[in-house]
Amino acid sequence: MARALITMPKSAKRGEIIEIRALIGHPMETGYRPDANGKTLPRDIIRSFVCRYNGEQVFGAELHPAMSANPYIAFHTVATESGTLEFTWDGDNGFSQTETVAITVSG
Amino acid sequence: MNLRRRKLLAIAAALVVARPALATTAEMKAAIAAFAGGAEPRAGRVTLDVAKLVDNGNAVPITVSVDSPMTALDHVVAIAVFNERNPNTDVVKFALGPRAGKAVVATRIRMATSQKLVAVARMNDGCAWSATADVIVTLAACVEGDG
Amino acid sequence: MMRYLVLLAAVASMGADQRKPGSDFMGESTRAMQRDDSQNPAMLWVGDGEALWRDKVNGKSCAGCHADAATSMKGVAARFPAFDPHGKKPVNLAQRINQCRVAKQDAAPFKPESKELLGLESYLALQSRGMPVNPPQDKRLKPFTASGEKLFFQRMGQLNLSCAQCHDDNAGKRLASSPIPQGHANAYPIYRLEWQGVGSLQRRLRNCMSGVRAEAPPYGALELVELELYLAARAKGMTIESPGVRP
Repeated sequence: MARALITMPKSAKRGEIIEIRALIGHPMETGYRPDANGKTLPRDIIRSFVCRYNGEQVFGAELHPAMSANPYIAFHTVATESGTLEFTWDGDNGFSQTETVAITVSG
Repeated sequence: MNLRRRKLLAIAAALVVARPALATTAEMKAAIAAFAGGAEPRAGRVTLDVAKLVDNGNAVPITVSVDSPMTALDHVVAIAVFNERNPNTDVVKFALGPRAGKAVVATRIRMATSQKLVAVARMNDGCAWSATADVIVTLAACVEGDG
Repeated sequence: MMRYLVLLAAVASMGADQRKPGSDFMGESTRAMQRDDSQNPAMLWVGDGEALWRDKVNGKSCAGCHADAATSMKGVAARFPAFDPHGKKPVNLAQRINQCRVAKQDAAPFKPESKELLGLESYLALQSRGMPVNPPQDKRLKPFTASGEKLFFQRMGQLNLSCAQCHDDNAGKRLASSPIPQGHANAYPIYRLEWQGVGSLQRRLRNCMSGVRAEAPPYGALELVELELYLAARAKGMTIESPGVRP
């Protein structure tokens, strides 16, 4: 389990645009770097990041090796209703992690 | 030039080309065109925020903003970032939609060397817009030893 | 010690502190990465440290004795390296953490630069963020601080350079297009963009030594702790930025 950090408001007014920041610990090994013996380290990256709001995808990202280690993505979404935001990262070597954050939407 | 010398030169040329390939301007242009749906994107509506001179190519913060009302009828469908000189021209592709509210995305990317970055936004009407930035990347002065 | 006192007197006579943290020498976007806890990659290590703080090892957790770190550990990182009465020499924070782990938790010490040790160190250092670097006024530390100062001014390696030559004499200038900072250790552990991860001050010191083609002492060596001790005295009063971000 990698360490993940999601920063977003826990509550919002209906229709308000909120900013979500997602940070996760992952080496994002490019597949181009040599090790101490000169042998190329195999690629090991997160390939996709998806945000689902009460089950519906509201944002997605397809990551390539040019994304930095410990990938950070900040994006926006409209606070439509109370519920759960689900953040899923999938990648090489069966990497898969989901974090959930609850949101209360009033008005 | 005799045939033998021509063959040797051809082999030499092939060996030079066979080194770990870096993305080329042509590859980047092709990737941009493919993402834009065949057409060349127009410059405008997209802002690519990145420092002109970065501290370290391992983590270059960028922000892509697209001027769009993000309504059901007029919104950004996807944003892609391409580079010119990394081994691969793709960096990241974001999928948006009217639920985004704002077409502003920030992340950190790797840049192998000083080069051009291009951000392209594809709209729901099929149009594509882009912004370009030239970034200078300095390398660390002291290299870490083993252990 | 004399040279340090002369420097301190010169600084005092100027009326303004000429010392600048490493963050002053970096680009604005790197400073923004450090300022913002939602963006600072070192916060991932802090999260690990926070979890380890509560983890029970052989029935005992750090929290079991020290309760809430935000209270009990406030200002602690600021006063390390400190004198260890058992070993009769200075120890840095990482060594102190390991001492507790061995003595109180009956567990093997964490390896230097391990995820766990850096996590705990980052978590504890965070509890001193914003406070001044506060080396202990402990007479027993004097000879070790003096040794550290001697090493700081000593030429070393195939490139035959001392720390002082770059970080005292040429700070602000550029070395192969990278700005040379003053070398104040007020933000450790740091997420170094070059490492793509968090590392300790000792890693950075060994990095510099390799850079001048000197043989770096092993992690935990007394010379390295003495150098850390001198750097703490040199940075006394500067604001702690831990966990920092550096290029």
